[in-house]
Amino acid sequence: MSVFEAILLTIITASTPLVIAGLGELVVERSGVLNLGVEGMVIIGAVAAFVGAQISGSPYVGLLTGIVGGALFSLLFGFLTLTLVTNQVATGLALTILGLGLSGMIGEGYVSVPGVQLHEIVFPLLSDIPFLGPVLFRQDLTFYLSIALLVGVNWFLFRSRAGLKLRAVGDSHGSAHALGIDVIRTRYLAVMFGGACAGLAGAQLSLVYTPQWVENMSAGRGWVTLALVVFASWRPMRVMAGGYLFGAVTILQFHAQGFGVGIPSQFLSMLPYASTIVVLVIISQNRRATLINTPASLGKAFVPER
Amino acid sequence: MKKLALALTTTAAAIVGFAAAAEAAPTKVCFVYVGSHTDGGYSQAHDLGRQQIQKEFGNKIETPYLENVPEGPDAERAIERLARSGCSLIFSTSFGFMDATVKVAAKFPKVKFEHATGFKSGPNLATYNSRFYEGRYILGQIAAKTSKNHGAAYIASFPIPEVVMGINSFEQGARSIDPSFKLKVVWVNTWFDPGKEADAAKAMVDQGVDILTQHTDTTAPMQVAEERGIHAFGQASDMIKAGPKAQLTAIIDTWGNYYSKRVHALLDGTWKSEQSWDGLKDGILKMGDYTNMPDDVKKMAQETEAKIKSGELAPFTGPINKQDGTPWLKAGEKADDGTLLGMNFYIEGVDDKLPASK
Repeated sequence: MSVFEAILLTIITASTPLVIAGLGELVVERSGVLNLGVEGMVIIGAVAAFVGAQISGSPYVGLLTGIVGGALFSLLFGFLTLTLVTNQVATGLALTILGLGLSGMIGEGYVSVPGVQLHEIVFPLLSDIPFLGPVLFRQDLTFYLSIALLVGVNWFLFRSRAGLKLRAVGDSHGSAHALGIDVIRTRYLAVMFGGACAGLAGAQLSLVYTPQWVENMSAGRGWVTLALVVFASWRPMRVMAGGYLFGAVTILQFHAQGFGVGIPSQFLSMLPYASTIVVLVIISQNRRATLINTPASLGKAFVPER
Repeated sequence: MKKLALALTTTAAAIVGFAAAAEAAPTKVCFVYVGSHTDGGYSQAHDLGRQQIQKEFGNKIETPYLENVPEGPDAERAIERLARSGCSLIFSTSFGFMDATVKVAAKFPKVKFEHATGFKSGPNLATYNSRFYEGRYILGQIAAKTSKNHGAAYIASFPIPEVVMGINSFEQGARSIDPSFKLKVVWVNTWFDPGKEADAAKAMVDQGVDILTQHTDTTAPMQVAEERGIHAFGQASDMIKAGPKAQLTAIIDTWGNYYSKRVHALLDGTWKSEQSWDGLKDGILKMGDYTNMPDDVKKMAQETEAKIKSGELAPFTGPINKQDGTPWLKAGEKADDGTLLGMNFYIEGVDDKLPASK
């Protein structure tokens, strides 16, 4: 394997959780709900996946418990903000704090236990194609799921009837309600989808990225995801592009340090954040298109008249 | 009823002038951690020390602790709360607690304080630290013997003297075996981010490095080394579980013996404010088992360890030049502690530019 291939594989591993959690949050926000609790849902997914994999011995069961864990945890957010109509921003922040604490408690007995790793799937013949083979056909399941999510979310939002309804709910919940769309139900489903995706991203962290459990191991990736969605102006392809750009710059700055490039390391550490913001700002220069994409009811509570 | 009986005996003891009260009411020895007591690294090492003294002194002492205390204003409140709650001795275990500890110590002259890795002390405030660099010198020697391409990578957290000292000591050990040894330093600018630490490790392995050493808190780099079939050194704790084939040895923080010594002094009434900086010979720093290496390398490492313990060898002994070639220590000259604790320059052979600290 050449150095170039190796670098590319590392970039994919680093970018995949951002893309997965980002696509989930994108659907949530498109339905008009702002869930700032991504970091908390990711870490719950990470601990649920790790514990699930340990108990069952199978990383695939772990993946599943991660997804379910994230979805169930997001249900708490859904109940508070959609049914009890609490403030979405405050509830989202609380969800993050609760997630970090709760995951630490659940995972207490699993610190420094060797992890169960989710290994790559090797497609016979295809994997042997030079360069393309290892990159496209020798990845773990989470990478394929991230691609499927991209295609699926794109199709759902812009090609399906249900997606149209979801966007209508996000743009004007009053009108959607008048048209007979169940706003609360739609938003519940969107929130749970976002939670499931965040859980899957967390599972990728504790089963693929670094197969182990340590407290706070999400280390701010949920927050990066939230920024990605906004800067990508709620477009799935751009979330993907932003996620990969972030991952690429993260990895490449380490290589730059290793090759002795004379740039201060603090500056290099900042680069992934800065470059992602700059590039996403540039590609969303068209103000009108951005405004059209912004869900008009984002963050606003909906109380149906009875 | 029990309480009454206890009170009566205590009073009786006091009247008789018996100092047996210590048996009835346990002395409170308290701890403040910056991380969780199961972080797998720094705070856990301190907590193991706490558990050791609790076991040793049994019901003579109580050892409550506060964990996840952020450095800053909250630390002062946390330490003050402990001081008010009747702690006789408080160990605040992180560098960033220094100023908070100084302030609270001034307010509570009867309570005794000990601060880890800091440099400010007072009549009731002692400091303690460990000579981690002695262990890193041995790691450097092992790396020089086992690397196939005369080099290693050092995954570093922040450019503070402690880390710079570690880098230099590793390089110094390596150069004592192989003068052409090159140490690549890669900064991750965090103590704790398994993903980033792993990314840095992977990048170095992809660039052909076959020995990793880390100055960050998680086992992620060790895991990468295991996966990629290269060697690495554990940091703060024995990381052999994360790298059964990869770990050559580890430098292990063991604060328990120090804590035991200080609690003995407290109970005997001989506690004094001191500035303690012990190393391998005092057992505050231990080397993990020497594994996954040829016998001759193992033997060399054990000999070096013995020499450091006996005082025959000090890692920073001249002739040593600074990175730019200017002389630092003359032949036979040993570095003084003050210079080490404020170290802000690289020695010759480190393949990196030192980022400005602060």
